[in-house]
Amino acid sequence: MKKIKYILISILFSFLFIILYLSLDNEKIYNTQDLIGKKISEVEINLFQSNRTINTKELTNNEFTVLNFWASWCGPCRDEHPNLVRLSKIKNLKLIGINFKDNKDNAKTFLKENGNPFDLLAEDKDGKNSINFGVYGIPETILIDSELRILKKYIGPLNIKEVNEIRKIVKK
Amino acid sequence: MKNIISSLLLFFFITSVSYGNEDVTDQILKNLRCLVCQGQTVSDSNSEFALIIKSVVKDKIKEGKSEKEIYNFLSDKYGDWILLNPPLKKNSYVLWFLPYLLFILGAIFLFFLLKKPKIRP
Amino acid sequence: MLSNLGNIFVIIALLISFILIFFSLREFKTNNNLIPGKIFKFSLIQLFFSISSFVILLIAYIFSDFSLVNVFENSHTNKPLFYKISGTWGNHEGSLLLWINILVLFSTLFLFINKNRDKNFKILTLLFQNILIVIFLIFLLINSNPFSKLFPIPLEGLGLNPILQDPALAIHPPLLYVGFVGSSIYFSAALAALISKIDSRSLAISIKPWVLVSWFFQTVGILVGSIWAYYELGWGGYWFWDPVENSSLMPWFVMTALLHSILVLERRIGLYSWVIVLSILTFTMSVTGTFLVRSGILNSVHTFASDPSRGLFILSFLMVMIFYSIFIFFKYAPKENKQFRMFSKESFIIANNWFMIFFLAVVLIGTLYPVFLDTITGSKISVGPPYYNLILAPFLIPLLFLMTSGPNYKWISSEVKSFFNLVLVVSVTLFLITFFLIQENSFLLNLILFFSIYLVTQTLFDLYESLKRRNINISRIISHLGFGLLIFFIYVNHIFSIENNFNLKLGETKKTTHHIIKFDNLEEQSVKNYKSIVGHFSISDLKTLKSKELKPEIRVYDKPITITYEASIKSNLFSDTYLTMSNISDTDIFNIKFQVKPFMNFIWISVLLLSLGGILNFFNREKNEKN
Repeated sequence: MKKIKYILISILFSFLFIILYLSLDNEKIYNTQDLIGKKISEVEINLFQSNRTINTKELTNNEFTVLNFWASWCGPCRDEHPNLVRLSKIKNLKLIGINFKDNKDNAKTFLKENGNPFDLLAEDKDGKNSINFGVYGIPETILIDSELRILKKYIGPLNIKEVNEIRKIVKK
Repeated sequence: MKNIISSLLLFFFITSVSYGNEDVTDQILKNLRCLVCQGQTVSDSNSEFALIIKSVVKDKIKEGKSEKEIYNFLSDKYGDWILLNPPLKKNSYVLWFLPYLLFILGAIFLFFLLKKPKIRP
Repeated sequence: MLSNLGNIFVIIALLISFILIFFSLREFKTNNNLIPGKIFKFSLIQLFFSISSFVILLIAYIFSDFSLVNVFENSHTNKPLFYKISGTWGNHEGSLLLWINILVLFSTLFLFINKNRDKNFKILTLLFQNILIVIFLIFLLINSNPFSKLFPIPLEGLGLNPILQDPALAIHPPLLYVGFVGSSIYFSAALAALISKIDSRSLAISIKPWVLVSWFFQTVGILVGSIWAYYELGWGGYWFWDPVENSSLMPWFVMTALLHSILVLERRIGLYSWVIVLSILTFTMSVTGTFLVRSGILNSVHTFASDPSRGLFILSFLMVMIFYSIFIFFKYAPKENKQFRMFSKESFIIANNWFMIFFLAVVLIGTLYPVFLDTITGSKISVGPPYYNLILAPFLIPLLFLMTSGPNYKWISSEVKSFFNLVLVVSVTLFLITFFLIQENSFLLNLILFFSIYLVTQTLFDLYESLKRRNINISRIISHLGFGLLIFFIYVNHIFSIENNFNLKLGETKKTTHHIIKFDNLEEQSVKNYKSIVGHFSISDLKTLKSKELKPEIRVYDKPITITYEASIKSNLFSDTYLTMSNISDTDIFNIKFQVKPFMNFIWISVLLLSLGGILNFFNREKNEKN
């Protein structure tokens, strides 16, 4: 009896320790893993140039869509911009830029200087719409398929590795 | 079964969830984690993220959405990490029921400790 | 210079630990009944070198010797002297040195003060304690050395995190460390007791003062931490069920359980093995807490610069410690076949332990569950205050009830007492008065309020009785009174707290249900180590028409550059008025958080009463022994 107790307790503690050991490598910050496979909301987004809005429902016409949240005041957005230009060259991928809490003129200058990779430019003046897309902080990039399912969600500036990852997914 | 248990639990404890005279918006904001902060609630933070969440929650309340609908909306967009009150579902059964189980086990253990006839008088 | 000296002292302390381990192993085998004088001498020398090494670090901080990496990273010449001193333990390496000092101090004190005649028991305690010291000294030297050198020597340091520059937080860590590192001595003593097979009364007498002292410091440490969170974090809360706070609470639950069980052990009624389990568990929880705080596996407000290699070391240590303790326990634990009578004092104490362990389990599960879930399934969830409140609050009711009735039962008896007496009548009356004043309609809250009133009334009656009989042992009464008041005021505070969040521009006025808040003025200030913007607000109460001036600040510290929001709190006996402001970027609008928090001072006083009871017991014991 004593022996069984001893063994049981030892096994319990070993289990706890293995988990704690593994947890040392856990990512401590927020990650988007739980959101993969969920559908984005069907909401209206305002277009940048005109007073028109489009509904995200319309994105079902595209095979793949990338939504990119950016602003001219955000430094990392400037860094990731060349990678967005690379993305824009991929076929059957539509690129939608959503200008986040920005000054319109600054945003225009930003695109003039760095190039405009977006097939469609929208805006989120007060930032509230970003919550519908689960945006954490800009820049943020979301890849969705024709059923509006989230395939990838990148927080922070897009790097070249991630561009290649998107390219691979789209080519399949 | 699951619904019965959770509604029973809610019925018994609901009082401790919604006490006081705090208004609903504030109550909701207190139960949300500010994702970009270090262990702060949305209510306590003034980061960009928290400010936007605050105004979105206010809008939803104005639209007449219930507390539960707002939680569902946000956990759909950000995952359960944003909810400080973990919802009762498959991945949190252990979290919610293990404490009660342990309490009952303790009671059983004590029962035998106190009730058993004496070996030596 | 200081760096080398510090290193040398630490190494000497380490060598002496080895010598002490060697001596105690050799002494353990001899039949000699006295502990040789050289062990006492070496222990004193070890204490001397260990304290000296800490003093050297202190000097390095006071004189801002930036040739030490640790001082460079955590201090600055501009800092007030007080914070230079507290900076010594405001970081991982320095606090580890403090931690080791407490291990050594308790080891030496135990050796000199403990009057137990069993030589093997004392020698083994010293042995186990020194094993702990060796392990932590090695950890310090190879992984977290506060005396590491830096070259070239920088002219200026990086500075101390401003939110740590606060008097409460300066004394908070030493208090907590005495609390939970102090528990190491009864961990060692418990293992020693198993092997040396000392009887239950000697074990109880040997560890009781140490349990009392560590429990007292832990309680006060938690209190000071709470007070700090209340006025420094600027949210008006004092307890957030944050993982770091939980880490300090977990050992507290076990200490409290132990404190009660020892009373049973002292009277030779039983619980020998259980007291040993609790002693081991207390230190285990302390180390677990340290692991959780310093490995950085948790997301918390109270960040400690974390580093996985530290986590790995503490985890390995924890594992070895637990497995070794379990092994010793199963090898040496005596068989007990004690039975307890249902309505005796000891069964109420066992019930106390049942609740304490349950509370411990809830906090432990709540803290670790997200970590485990993340590791196993990869999904992240949060466990916040609502979880703890929901699970724990209902259990306060039976706990309060047991605390009310338990202490008046007799030892080893089975006399059932009637609950219907004067105390109950008075309590019900008081509760009804409270009920009409508060008009709270939550059933659970009312029950908690009633039972806390019942406990307070009962203990006040007990107090009167014991003063009449000139019974000086009133520590239990004071502590239980403190706990009853604490629960009562926490809930009353909760019910009556007012919180308003709104935006305001300079010169504007906001009217809430009970107050008018006017934003009068903004002023810039420049102090030694920070610049600040001070807002002047006048608050007038609509009922009493009294007016108050509150001046919250936004501070910008320069080393390191950090912005903090300083709450302005006007406190009177019954109520605190609390205001924080923060600027909304790119606008001239300020976000104002205005709160009225009644009975805050009573919450603090209740905790002080609770801890006072513990320390009274300590002095009582001294008196009893002398008589």
